[in-house]
Amino acid sequence: MAGVACVEQILKHAAKFDITVFGEETHVNYNRILLSSVLAGEKVADDIVLNSLGWYEKHQIQLRLGVRITEIDPTSKTVTGDDGSVAFFDKLLLATGSVPLIPPMEGTRKDGVFVFRNLDDTRALLDRAGKGVKAVVIGGGLLGLEAARGLQVQGCDVTVVHLMDALMERQLDLTGGGYLKSKMECLGVKVLLERSTAAILGNGKVEGIAFKDGSSIEADLVVVAAGIRPNVELARKAELQVNRGVVVNDFMETSKPDIFAVGECVEHNGTCYGLLAPLLEQGKILAATITGNKGPRFEGFVPAAKLKIMGVDVFSAGDFSDKTPGTDVVRYEDAALGIYKKLTLRDGKLSGAILVGDTADSHRYMDWLRTKEDLTSHRRQLLFPAPSEDLGLDVAAMPDTKIVCGCVGVTKGAIIEAIHGKGVNTLAQLKECTRASTGCGSCTEHCQQLLKAVVPEFQEESERILCKCLSYSEEKLRDIVRGQRIFSVQQVLDIYGNGLGCEICKPALSYMMDVVWCGDHDEDRSARYINDRVHANIQKDGTFSVVPRMRGGVTSAKELRRIADVADKYKVPMVKVTGSQRIDLLGVKKADLPKIWADLGMPSGQAYTKGVRMVKTCVGTDFCRFGVQDSTKAGIELERRLEHLFTPAKVKMGAVGCPRNCAEATVKDIGFVGQEGTWQVVVGGAAGKKVRKADLLITVESSEEALQAATLFFQYYRENANYLERTYDFIERIGIEKVRRETVYAPLAVQQGLRERLRKSKRFARDAWLEGDEPRHPTQFVQIEPIEKVLQ
Amino acid sequence: MSQSESFVKRWVRTACIESIPLREGRAVQIAGHDIAVFNLGNRFLAVENRCPHRGGPLADGIVSGGNVVCPLHAWKVDLASGEVTNQPAPPQCVKTFPVRVENGVISLEIAVAASTSTDYHADCLASISQGPYLGKSASHEV
Repeated sequence: MAGVACVEQILKHAAKFDITVFGEETHVNYNRILLSSVLAGEKVADDIVLNSLGWYEKHQIQLRLGVRITEIDPTSKTVTGDDGSVAFFDKLLLATGSVPLIPPMEGTRKDGVFVFRNLDDTRALLDRAGKGVKAVVIGGGLLGLEAARGLQVQGCDVTVVHLMDALMERQLDLTGGGYLKSKMECLGVKVLLERSTAAILGNGKVEGIAFKDGSSIEADLVVVAAGIRPNVELARKAELQVNRGVVVNDFMETSKPDIFAVGECVEHNGTCYGLLAPLLEQGKILAATITGNKGPRFEGFVPAAKLKIMGVDVFSAGDFSDKTPGTDVVRYEDAALGIYKKLTLRDGKLSGAILVGDTADSHRYMDWLRTKEDLTSHRRQLLFPAPSEDLGLDVAAMPDTKIVCGCVGVTKGAIIEAIHGKGVNTLAQLKECTRASTGCGSCTEHCQQLLKAVVPEFQEESERILCKCLSYSEEKLRDIVRGQRIFSVQQVLDIYGNGLGCEICKPALSYMMDVVWCGDHDEDRSARYINDRVHANIQKDGTFSVVPRMRGGVTSAKELRRIADVADKYKVPMVKVTGSQRIDLLGVKKADLPKIWADLGMPSGQAYTKGVRMVKTCVGTDFCRFGVQDSTKAGIELERRLEHLFTPAKVKMGAVGCPRNCAEATVKDIGFVGQEGTWQVVVGGAAGKKVRKADLLITVESSEEALQAATLFFQYYRENANYLERTYDFIERIGIEKVRRETVYAPLAVQQGLRERLRKSKRFARDAWLEGDEPRHPTQFVQIEPIEKVLQ
Repeated sequence: MSQSESFVKRWVRTACIESIPLREGRAVQIAGHDIAVFNLGNRFLAVENRCPHRGGPLADGIVSGGNVVCPLHAWKVDLASGEVTNQPAPPQCVKTFPVRVENGVISLEIAVAASTSTDYHADCLASISQGPYLGKSASHEV
């Protein structure tokens, strides 16, 4: 990364070099920082490529991948590759990076022991990882924790083993480490502290690991992530000055003329850097030096680290030790929300920062550390800056020299220049043009704000966040839930939100759990509306309404008699025929619900929930003189196939046997319209707050084909609509052409996927009214009787 | 209760903690008061079970942190103070009742007529020890 970043800078100086890049790996250069995202399945290998083959061609750079340089001869100015090739150089740039540190222990060569350093390691881990695989990560630092989370997302049962008494002890204090530990445990990663590994057990293949204290644990897979050391073998062989890393001066020159070095392999003023920002800065300095513009000096960097695990925000920078005399400590803790912040100040200046659980201010602290600004006047707002209401003002207040992207070192001025000078007006263009926000990605928000404030016609990427409890769009949340394997509403709120939730996000997340896991999730009734806790519709006086399912609107004398008996027995104040061809019993007391359901002996009509309401039908061919299709039978079958399932918003359906449309199928969410010899399947109709004629999805010949088309659309809507978004709004947002392309005209595999997930959901779906006999909780339907009766 | 009677505040043993699931509320009637009792995980709180807006049953609302959201029109009530928190002025609030938990039993402090006597509701106590749902219901944090 550092080497090619330097080459990019060299090209900016427009110097005429014949450049050859040798790389031991067989891939073009990629963003190593994001390997953990690849392991966690958030990104694929192609997403993290930094410079494509096309880029190398365009700049006439010879790329020699899969060739390891084995020897440098500084006198004859040649390098020799492991393929025997010899190349001459005028200037040589070393960017050999680092290699994993393997602590002394037995058995590290066994099958199933991995390091986590490059794309090949990542691929090998992805190959082995899977549901139920017991994985042990040795090392509780940044890399170890990221590897652990990645493996756990892949389904592994993960334990992190750490030598010290706190995780990330080089970046955090004991308290911060404690917060981090509980966050990791909250995600489901086990953490063992103060364990020193003696040996990896197993006969040829990993079976477990043994600790020096005599205990042991089982393992199918071991990742050694105990740290890295600069890769200096080549430099040492060439007799360059080497301490821990290859020694360079402020101009990035090594001890031999015409040989330079950048990146993780170098040591500058006794410090080796492993983070992106200093490495890129080194590249800039070297580019100046090597192209004859020697002058800029590398002045060292404040060490900083950021953990890249979604939902586990950790940032650390500078010297956060509070033991040094003269250190002021400013601290904030909220154990319930898992937030810990600690700043250290010396002589009125920030000297270190630790942020766990909320890293939104990390940029501000990094700036203060860099600029060594006197903070005396800010002492009351160190942890919580006065919020700026006007976005424009906030951005305006930023000086042009302020670094927005710390990884790549892009200033506000550079971004504004790109916007005005190069016509940049989207985030993607900004990334392309300035490389801002292509490193760790944490400045994305700042870049967006700048674009919004400066670009006249800036259009925000159409993401609407669910509510203030979680700052993600529903689409993003679905990805999180699926990708991070989260099965309960409270877990999403604890890890990705404010831990509390509200009446907006809780039901939305409840639905999301249900649809993402096809009903196989941890159901939490406290996150549901009362209607979905007691399976009836709450009325203005706190009573409930009961609507039994009558498929297709067809009933019988027996059913009607039972309904009438129930109305009498429970003194139901109103019995009403609904617009949906159902019968509604209104004014029922909560405690009577289970008894009424039992007496009715009919399934729930789901009239109280965001779910499959009904299919309204006409009498079709059975009795009607005009009917040309058997709409009653088709409607009943449609209802049977979808009943008891939940949907983003209510789904009302209709089936009509001829275009006269007696059951109003063309204003339903899903409708069947019978024609001579065909069915039209229509979707996205409405006759509520909005009136909308449904769009034609497809015309088919048989009832079975119509049912298949309807179910494909139904599942597609379930998976892609936002909560409370009716089909008519969904279709207007997505566009009917795209809906057709992704359902009825989708490749077979896509259709099978939709069907399979619908089948699974159907397997887990059941008539909610069965809970009348088997309540989830003894007081689900009853009012509590006080233990102590107060007699009056 | 007649107007002329004097009232005293006293603790009334109300329910076992298991009877209210985590982050849910339940309604209870004591001495003419309609009360909603909530399980917030680390504590129990009780308020009048009647939203100041249109009288909605707060016990049936969704809990959001230390608030409950009325199921009828989403008025939000702070369970500790009883104040409505998401409506414009004038300030409105519901009555709150002090709660105490001892040996797994929730007691509420309630104003009752001085002349009243009490009796134990045996069924509930029995259901603690031998109820059909013991061990089957979701976990309860207290």
